[in-house]
Amino acid sequence: MSEATMTADVKTQDGPLEFLVKGDHHPQNGTLLGFWLYLMSDCLIFACLFATYGVLARSYAGGPTGMEVFDLSLVAINTSMLLLSSITYGFAMLEMQANRLKGTLIWLAVTGLLGAGFLAVELYEFYHLIHIGATPQSSGFLTAFFALVGTHGLHVLFGIVWLVTLLFQLKKHGLIPANKRRVFCLSMFWHFLDVVWVGVFTYVYLMGVLP
Amino acid sequence: MSEHTHDHDHHEAEGPHVTLKEYVTGFVLAVILTVIPFWLVMGNVFESSTTTALIILAFMVVQIVVHMVYFLHMNFHSEGGWNMLALIFTLVLVFITLAGSLWVMISLNNNMMPGMM
Repeated sequence: MSEATMTADVKTQDGPLEFLVKGDHHPQNGTLLGFWLYLMSDCLIFACLFATYGVLARSYAGGPTGMEVFDLSLVAINTSMLLLSSITYGFAMLEMQANRLKGTLIWLAVTGLLGAGFLAVELYEFYHLIHIGATPQSSGFLTAFFALVGTHGLHVLFGIVWLVTLLFQLKKHGLIPANKRRVFCLSMFWHFLDVVWVGVFTYVYLMGVLP
Repeated sequence: MSEHTHDHDHHEAEGPHVTLKEYVTGFVLAVILTVIPFWLVMGNVFESSTTTALIILAFMVVQIVVHMVYFLHMNFHSEGGWNMLALIFTLVLVFITLAGSLWVMISLNNNMMPGMM
């Protein structure tokens, strides 16, 4: 790899198009850095929601406790789906790096399906909670729980919308630099959601069922 | 020829070069770091809740670092170090938000207990 970079450098130095090439580089890096800054601001939103949950986690107001309402086997299914979707997105990135459009599309679609499965289980969980009377209105604990986990779920939903849009763009335009940049941005978004989920399943679910 | 160079340069600019080994290592580590806390809680391994809570929180921190390194490809020289600088700044704010809220509200709760009024 270092050899390839060296050759590229030599060619760039020899060629008369040096300024054009360099000028082309700048906005590309800018997009990735800018997107990272967006993720960091998103991280602050989740920090506030985590802080709210941390403060209200034991405010049951006579309603159900975490130990009574959380079903850890559902959480385990959800966690494994999100974790699997992280590595399938990694496979999509590898296929894209090798310039194979079909493989990229397939692995992105698998990732999207796993994300949809995650959302389906989460919606079932919410439906079940509301059905047994554990609604967001019933206690501070449940308000904070629905706000935190719901916001994460909304992020996954928008990630899936973005992913489907990207599938159509890839199908129409192929692996052009703009699309590669989009796939890379979505990969950061997707892995970031997995990082947030690690916090959610540990702090909310696992610590929530501890006596 | 020049077009090829151009393509290559674009590729370099797209972000870090990713490898299969990186993703598989990250995935295996993440699975291990997920299974252990679930086992600790579901199997009631420790008597004390506090011990379990502290251990699973430690696993959480390690797993977040694993995700950052192997999936998000964080290091000290991507984007000229600005990625890492933004991350460190955010982590400081996250720490202040979390630790500050919990500290203030818990001590408020303790001092406002019905028994004390």
